[in-house]
Amino acid sequence: MSEQKPKAPAENISTGARLADSEWHRLHPATPLLKGGIAFVAILGIIIVNLRDVVINIVIGGSPGDEYDPFVWIIEHDYAGLIILAIIGGLLLFIAGFYVSWRMHTFRITEEQVEVRSGILFRTNRRGRLDRIQGINIVRPFLARLFGAAKLEINVAGQDANVQLAYLASGAADELRREILLLASGTSPTARTADADASSVTGSGGPAEAASETAKVGGIIEQRVTELLAPELAPDAAQPDSVVQMHLGRLVGSLVLSGFTVFLVVGVILSIVTITVTREYFFLFGFLPAIIGMGSYYVSKFTRSLRYSIASTPDGVRVGFGLLSTSNETLPPGRIHAVQVGQPLLWRPAGWWEIKISRASTSSAKGAAGQANTTILPVGNLADVKKVLELVLPGLIDAEGIGLLERGLTSRGGDDGFVNSPPRARVLRWFSVRRNGFAIVPGAVLLRRGAIWRELVVVPQARMQSVAMHQGPLLRWLRLASLRLHTVAGPVIPRLGAVDADEAARFFRDVADAAVRSAGADTSHRWRSTPTARLMPSD
Amino acid sequence: MSTRLELPDIEWRRVSPKYVVVDFFGTLIFAVIVVAATSVPAFLTKNALLWAIPASLAVIFIITLALTPRRVRALGYQLRADDLLFRKGLMFQRFVAVPYGRMQLVDINRGPLDRAVGLSELKFVTAAAASGVVIPGLPETVAEELRDKLVALAETRRAGL
Repeated sequence: MSEQKPKAPAENISTGARLADSEWHRLHPATPLLKGGIAFVAILGIIIVNLRDVVINIVIGGSPGDEYDPFVWIIEHDYAGLIILAIIGGLLLFIAGFYVSWRMHTFRITEEQVEVRSGILFRTNRRGRLDRIQGINIVRPFLARLFGAAKLEINVAGQDANVQLAYLASGAADELRREILLLASGTSPTARTADADASSVTGSGGPAEAASETAKVGGIIEQRVTELLAPELAPDAAQPDSVVQMHLGRLVGSLVLSGFTVFLVVGVILSIVTITVTREYFFLFGFLPAIIGMGSYYVSKFTRSLRYSIASTPDGVRVGFGLLSTSNETLPPGRIHAVQVGQPLLWRPAGWWEIKISRASTSSAKGAAGQANTTILPVGNLADVKKVLELVLPGLIDAEGIGLLERGLTSRGGDDGFVNSPPRARVLRWFSVRRNGFAIVPGAVLLRRGAIWRELVVVPQARMQSVAMHQGPLLRWLRLASLRLHTVAGPVIPRLGAVDADEAARFFRDVADAAVRSAGADTSHRWRSTPTARLMPSD
Repeated sequence: MSTRLELPDIEWRRVSPKYVVVDFFGTLIFAVIVVAATSVPAFLTKNALLWAIPASLAVIFIITLALTPRRVRALGYQLRADDLLFRKGLMFQRFVAVPYGRMQLVDINRGPLDRAVGLSELKFVTAAAASGVVIPGLPETVAEELRDKLVALAETRRAGL
């Protein structure tokens, strides 16, 4: 802490002035309160509530009441003064501790890396390389939103490898993310400043930033309200036509028709049968916690997805979630390792799809119901799916690719651009033998599976780690083989079984070649460094 | 049947024949322990039916042991221009192709049996856990040369994640 004195936080943070200036900065002043202070306040609240009973008892009946109550005991033994002193002392110690830890928690962003120092006794120093960023997530828990604060999380590849800046002023977090992405993108310094100027003029940092400039002392509350009510993505920061609209009816429908509901209905029927047969109403109590849990699952999934938004920015795809607590993540180009478009059986009449992705980092900000950062489209129709795929796989999906993709999703199979399983594979793929197949397009590999639960997996060739081909005795007897593309661990597992053995060998050879070629040509870790590197959807 | 998976035009580099010994004794030790452990209930209860478990396991292990030389011959690898090709398995065949640029690290492991005959096991690790390229039965010098070569190749073809 001795080499450089951090600047006064009030100046640096709340105005959203450039934070990425290689200087040490501090976090939002409300950080201690938001991080751990809430629990402290809650404990204080519980104590006060308990105390109230004692006070009422004294006032009404003269007797403090139950003598086993700790408060009563304290009052009866005249320790009250001492205890109050101890509490005040403890309080001061706490506040001092929080203050010091806030003072000691600093961060800086240089050209190459982001660095965070924290801790009082046990010092931690964490550095993340900017060109290894897998995504930047801005999380605003409800309480933090009231204070106008946000948590910025820089995800790098690996387990528990995230750099967290909790908390920053809301507007500053948006600004900082833009700057970090600009640094990480590999632009030349001159282009960078020009770009920074241009975007600060257009005010793409969000409404909070614009509001903070005009904020007077009296305007703070007003500003908070505007921030709270502002859309998750500032309308002018995103291309309106690229945003998928989440319809209330569709969201409710998708939840009602989810596999979880089927499970729930079966569970309810089973429990009713159990109760009517055994006449033991006691079972009902056993199911009660489960029912409450399910209710909260639905509510959290609903509130989380309600204000879902996805938009294209020059530095990648921005996905926003959440109603009260919001999260808003930017995935730079080339950070998506596999994409899966799936359709549960019950969604088919409505034509809804869900998109999941595999990525190298795991954000610690677990979204509601664990569907956090891997579900990039909770529910959408075919048009939405196309829009989202265009965003997450820029350049891979051209006019021809779209047709192939659509057939990959809805086609019943046959001769439609995919290399499908031969009829003899029916033994292993009873219903999906005509649909079970692959297609190789420039830049990506498409795997199509399932006739009942329809799935399409798209793997960008530049992200593929390796390719494998398997054959066991049964498959050998049928002259079949199974294929597997290896990507980073995630919800998407790109594999395809029961493919004709000769086709599998051809696939293996072609994809191995393509993987080498695409990986060599890929520059997405510095996505702006060469203008022709990659198609930008909105640049 | 001649429908085994095969890649044409690939000159496979085979592992050391000495690996048969390592694999054989490794499997044998494991087999003895497993068969002994599963025999305990049968031995204690004197129930003749319970002997079926260790007996069937023993048959499986004997087949596995008998096929060891062929299984070791089925192991192969090939350094192509831009990727490492690896194959294994007799009954359950597996082919993997890993571009050099995908290498995260290379491990060389030596178990006690490996050391006795002077062999090493080379493990090529990528960001995907499923890649699983483990080349056993390489003579120590070969393994070290291969490691250095792989590192050098990966350095020239470095790619992002």
